[in-house]
Amino acid sequence: MSEKRMFIKGNEAIAYGALAAGLKCYFGYPITPQNDIPEFLSKALPDAGGQFVQAESEVASANMLLGAAACGIRAMTTSSSPGISLMQEAISYMAGSELPGVIVNMNRGGPGLGDIGPSQGDYFQAVKGGGHGDYRLLVLSPSTCQEAYDLIIAAFDLAFKYRNPVMILGDAILGQMKEPVTPWKPQPVPADEGHDWCLTGAKGRPSRILKSLFLDEGELAGQNLRLDAKYKSMECEVRFEAFQVEDAELVVVAHGSIGRIAKSAVRALRAAGGKVGLFRPITLFPFPSAALADLAAKGKRFLTIEHNMGQMVEDVRLAVRAHADSAFYGFLPGNMPTPDEFEAPIRSALSR
Amino acid sequence: MKDELVFERPRVLADRGMHYCPGCHHGVAHRLVAECLEEMGLVERTVAVSAIGCSVFLYNYILVDTVEAPHGRAPAVATGVKRARPDAFVFAYQGDGDLASIGLAEIMHCANRGERVSVIFVNNTVYGMTGGQMAPTTLVGQKTTTCPGGRCLEREGGPMNMAEIIAGLGGTVYSTRVALDSVKHIVAAKKAIKKAFTIQEQDLGFGFVELLATCPTNWRMTPLQANERIAKEMIPVFPLGVFKDATGEGGGK
Repeated sequence: MSEKRMFIKGNEAIAYGALAAGLKCYFGYPITPQNDIPEFLSKALPDAGGQFVQAESEVASANMLLGAAACGIRAMTTSSSPGISLMQEAISYMAGSELPGVIVNMNRGGPGLGDIGPSQGDYFQAVKGGGHGDYRLLVLSPSTCQEAYDLIIAAFDLAFKYRNPVMILGDAILGQMKEPVTPWKPQPVPADEGHDWCLTGAKGRPSRILKSLFLDEGELAGQNLRLDAKYKSMECEVRFEAFQVEDAELVVVAHGSIGRIAKSAVRALRAAGGKVGLFRPITLFPFPSAALADLAAKGKRFLTIEHNMGQMVEDVRLAVRAHADSAFYGFLPGNMPTPDEFEAPIRSALSR
Repeated sequence: MKDELVFERPRVLADRGMHYCPGCHHGVAHRLVAECLEEMGLVERTVAVSAIGCSVFLYNYILVDTVEAPHGRAPAVATGVKRARPDAFVFAYQGDGDLASIGLAEIMHCANRGERVSVIFVNNTVYGMTGGQMAPTTLVGQKTTTCPGGRCLEREGGPMNMAEIIAGLGGTVYSTRVALDSVKHIVAAKKAIKKAFTIQEQDLGFGFVELLATCPTNWRMTPLQANERIAKEMIPVFPLGVFKDATGEGGGK
């Protein structure tokens, strides 16, 4: 079902999408550049019959998320880089206890306090676990406000499908950019979602324990093997956009806002006759390695562009290593990239 | 001759030996909580939040739905549980390192918001599971593995009186300190737990019960000596009593 088109920010698209997905509890703490989300939900969520809590810290909001997720309801927290760092403890516990929650990171510049502008500096943190222990999040990277709306809905479904935390990795560009979004209503949340594992009070059944502590010999090894098998099974969720890669000699690999800006540069170079295409990973974990490997096997060359000093490029190189390498162009945080600025590095990679 | 059963284990308490050291009061505290849950008919609606420390294994003994919280975060986790399931009965069970040190922000704000949850706070003046290090509740002069010369007031500050601190917050409806060292005190402790639970059931606000408890192993004492230490050394610093009871006013929010 399609509804009236809206002209909204990426942050608002996240909030609207979460409501459409059946969000019941939101926990958050103010931090720029994602404040539109808690500000919007502080009214809209209670109006929709849900619970909004402004927590005392990101440490607390992530742990509130853990508690709500243990009850099998759709819950979310949102923040930006320094706040996401504070949440890592709870996220690790959620992964270890196999709890479904959605975490949105509107990535800003770092390290430390950095700035409040866009950056992709949290890529490693998002896709390699982020907290302590051996675990993974499902990570989705939207590049438009519409995609932010669509992916937050997918995020809740995936969280429950895999009983795993899901992260939306956006950035300050996506959060603050305004553009048309066509909202849509997904299927209602199944009434029995989570019923076979969540905490409700042990009425008419044995009591349940949701935990990440496994002390008996072999128990933790078993849990790690089980989690690893789960992460591998997520491979079927891979999403990416491949734009004009068929006849391309050079494939630009970029995700999120940078992927979108790179697409404009690729279009401009195509118009000038350049044999260049764009590969935009939408799932950062699972990473679309197989699709990149296929392109590499066809003899393509690669240029990875990121808004950091080079993080995703490591995953690209791993994916294509049998046949190719990837060049890298890092656009520095603290600045706003334009398509023009990507054209020169693409052209130079193309001519090599 | 007919046998008559005069005393039995609450059914919600697992029929298994506890891992706690001889003379440790966690067993007594667990039993009191279990008795209150059962007597108040809460068992089938309860979601417990266990914390980090010796009592993380709460779920091995009290057979209710339980989620394990990271160190100090039990009041935040309990907040999430209660907001997700307002009809559930929610309690957290925390030790003094967990609640009064690393989890100070979470307990203060949970109380201040007047979350409809109950917190059982076991104060034995040391970090138990990690081997007896100094806690925020360690008494001045008390020797621990990280203050081997005794806690020094000038260098490490004094013990924190949590029941009084929690009583100072608006959302708190009931804050009390009881002890587990004598039959009389144990009876009072059960009454206090029941009252905190009732406050949640009546949707009045936040309830907090501090239990003065032993840790014979880390105190390097026999169970009897440890029990005696509560009256001799702890109660003078951590006075028993009710520090806030707003039930008469109909709520603390």
